[in-house]
Amino acid sequence: MSKVLMKGNEAIGAAAIAAGCKYFFGYPITPQSELPEYMSAHLPRVGGVYLQAESEVAAINMVYGAAGTGKRVMTSSSSPGIALKQEGISYIAGAELPCVIVNIVRGGPGLGSIQPAQSDYNQSTRGGGDGDYRLLVYAPGSIQEMVDLVQIAFDKADYYRNPVMVLGDGMMGQMMEPVEFKDDLPKMELPEKDWATTGTKGQRKPNVINSLYLAAEELEQHNIRLQKKYDEMKQNEVRYEEYQIEDAELVIAAYGTTARIAKAAVDQLREAGIKVGLFRPITVWPYPYDVVKNLPESVKHILCVEMSMGQMIDDVRIGNEGQRPVHFVGRSGGMIPTPQLVVDKVNEILNGGK
Amino acid sequence: MAKGKVTFNQDICKGCGLCVSVCPTNILAMDEKAINRKGYHPATVVEPENCIGCANCAMMCPDLVITVERM
Amino acid sequence: MAVVFQKTRGLTDVETHYCPGCTHGIIHRLVGEVLEELGVLDEAIGVAPVGCSVLAYNYFNCDMSEAAHGRAPAVATGIKRLLPENVVFTYQGDGDLASIGTAEIVHAAHRSENITTIFVNNAIYGMTGGQMAPTTMIGQRTTTSPYGRDAATTGMPIKISEMLAQVPGATFVERVAVNTPGNVRKAKKAIKRAFELQLAGKGFGIIEVLSTCPTNWGLDPVKALRWLEDNLMVYYPLGNFRDYQEVENA
Repeated sequence: MSKVLMKGNEAIGAAAIAAGCKYFFGYPITPQSELPEYMSAHLPRVGGVYLQAESEVAAINMVYGAAGTGKRVMTSSSSPGIALKQEGISYIAGAELPCVIVNIVRGGPGLGSIQPAQSDYNQSTRGGGDGDYRLLVYAPGSIQEMVDLVQIAFDKADYYRNPVMVLGDGMMGQMMEPVEFKDDLPKMELPEKDWATTGTKGQRKPNVINSLYLAAEELEQHNIRLQKKYDEMKQNEVRYEEYQIEDAELVIAAYGTTARIAKAAVDQLREAGIKVGLFRPITVWPYPYDVVKNLPESVKHILCVEMSMGQMIDDVRIGNEGQRPVHFVGRSGGMIPTPQLVVDKVNEILNGGK
Repeated sequence: MAKGKVTFNQDICKGCGLCVSVCPTNILAMDEKAINRKGYHPATVVEPENCIGCANCAMMCPDLVITVERM
Repeated sequence: MAVVFQKTRGLTDVETHYCPGCTHGIIHRLVGEVLEELGVLDEAIGVAPVGCSVLAYNYFNCDMSEAAHGRAPAVATGIKRLLPENVVFTYQGDGDLASIGTAEIVHAAHRSENITTIFVNNAIYGMTGGQMAPTTMIGQRTTTSPYGRDAATTGMPIKISEMLAQVPGATFVERVAVNTPGNVRKAKKAIKRAFELQLAGKGFGIIEVLSTCPTNWGLDPVKALRWLEDNLMVYYPLGNFRDYQEVENA
C-alpha cells in the first residue's frame, strides 16, 4: 500500500471516507477546520453530503437525524465546540444511534487557546452530557494510528449503536506524517439497521428514534440495557501499548501526542541506564485499569504526564489501587511538554523527590 | 330522512365541546347524564334528524371522535 | 349515504394525552390527512419537538424521530440531506421554534432545506405549566409573567412568519388559525400546499398555526377559541407571506 504525506485533520477525513462515511456535519473551529474543509471538497466527489451547520449544536443534531437514517455519519470540533455538542451526544447515546465524533483538543477552559491540550479527558470519559452513558474513546498516538482508529470507529459505532469518539489534539490535527489507508483492517459482523427511520414503505411498523422514557421503570430498564453494552466494551475494546516496562522501576503513563514525547524521554533515560517504561492507553474509555493494577514487581513509581492539570491521573489512581505512588507532570493552556521536562521529573522522583 | 349522519365514538371523547359550538343546526350537546370511561361528559347527537352532514363538528374535533356520512 | 369524513390513516390509534379542546389534536389530524391524501405516509419521517407535542412520535403513523428542544430543523436537515426522496417534516411549538430553536429554523429556511415545518403558536409554554413564550401577548399573564407581559423588559411578541418571509430560502410561509371549521379547512390547504412544494423539491415551507391552550390560558376550550380570535389573530395576521410563484418570479 502506498503512503501519502497528509495533515492529521485531512487524514481523518480521508479515513472516514475510506470507511464508507459520506456524511459530515460540522463547523469551523481552530485547530480542526481543515477537516470540515477537506470534507467539503471531497464528499461531493463521492456523492456524499458536506453541510456546514449554523453551530456545533446544530451540527450534532444533524448527525442525530442523519445517523437515524442508518448511514455512517461524522462530526468534528475542538474543545469549546465539543462542549456545545454534549446535549446532542447524550441524545445520540440515549437513542442508541451510531456516529463518530472527532475532538481535536485545544487549551481550555472556556474559549481557552488554539494550541494542543489534553484537558478534555474528563469531558470525554466522564460523560459531559447528562445521564448514564459512555463513549468508546480512542486516543491515537500518531496520524497512522488515528487513521486506522477512525476507520475502526465506524464499525464499533454501528456494532454498539453508540457514539464513538476519536480524541486527538491540536498537534495531531496540524502535523503532517506519511499514512496509508489500509484495506485489511479487522472488520466486524454488523447487524441490519432495521431500527432506522427511512420511511415504512408500507412494509413495517413505524420506527421511532427517541431517548424519552416517561415511565421511570422503563428508563431504568433502558439504562440497564445500555450498561450491558458498556460492559461488553470493557470486556472487548480495551487497547493499549506497553513500551519497555518489563524491568522498569518507573512507568510513565501518557496518551496521544504526550506519549510520543514520553517515549523519547524513555529512550533518553534508558540510554543513561535508567530503567523506565511507558504505558500508553489507546482507549481512554474503556480504560486499561488492569495494566496499571498488574505492573511488574520492579515498578516502584508511576508518573502520569498530560497536557492538562491532571485528568487521566484519576484513572491511573483507580487502576493503581493504592499500590504505588502516582506522580504528575504536565503542561497546560496549550503548552507542550518536552522530553527534557519528563526526563527531569523522572530523575527527581527516582532521586527521592516528589 | 336526514341529509347527514354523524356517529360519535363516545369512549374517546374528552368533552371539550368544540363540536357543539360549531354545529350550524344545533343538533349536538354534551350528555350531562353520561360519563365515559375517560371521566368526561361525551358529546352526543340530540337531533339526528336535522343533521345536514356538513362535517363542521368533525373539522373541530381534536380527538377523531366523529365519523360523518352524507346523502 | 356515503362516508365523507372518517379517521385518517395518518394518525395511529393511540389516544392523545392532549387536554380537552387542545388544538394540537386538530393540527395533528390535518397533517395526518395531508400525508395520507398525498400518498406519502410510507415515505414520511417526522421530527417531534419538546413541548406538549413531544409525544407526537406516538401519534403520527410514520417513522418519527424525537429531537432535542429546538433542534428539530437540524435533525430534519440531517434526515432529508441523506434521504431526499423521503418526506420530512418537523412539528414544533412556540418554545421549540421561537425560543431555543430560532437559529435552527432560520438556518433551515436560509438553506432552503426541502422540509416542511408545522409551527404551533399558542402564545405560551404548555407542557412545562404555562410560562411565558416569545409569542406571548403583551399584558398576558403567565406563570413567569405574573403581572402581565411587559414589553419594556421582555420585548414585543415575535412574529415568526413575517421574519422568515424575509429569508430568501423560505419558499412557502403562511399563517393560519384553527378557530373555526372554515379556518381549519384553510389551514389544511396551506399544509397541503407546503407538502406539495416539498414533493416538487421547491425548498423550505412553514405553516404557523395560531392555536389555543385552554388549560394554561385558564379558559374553557370554546372561550379559548374566542380569545384566540380577539387577541392572537389581531396581532398575528393570517395570510400567505411567501409562496413558490413569488419566489420563482423574484
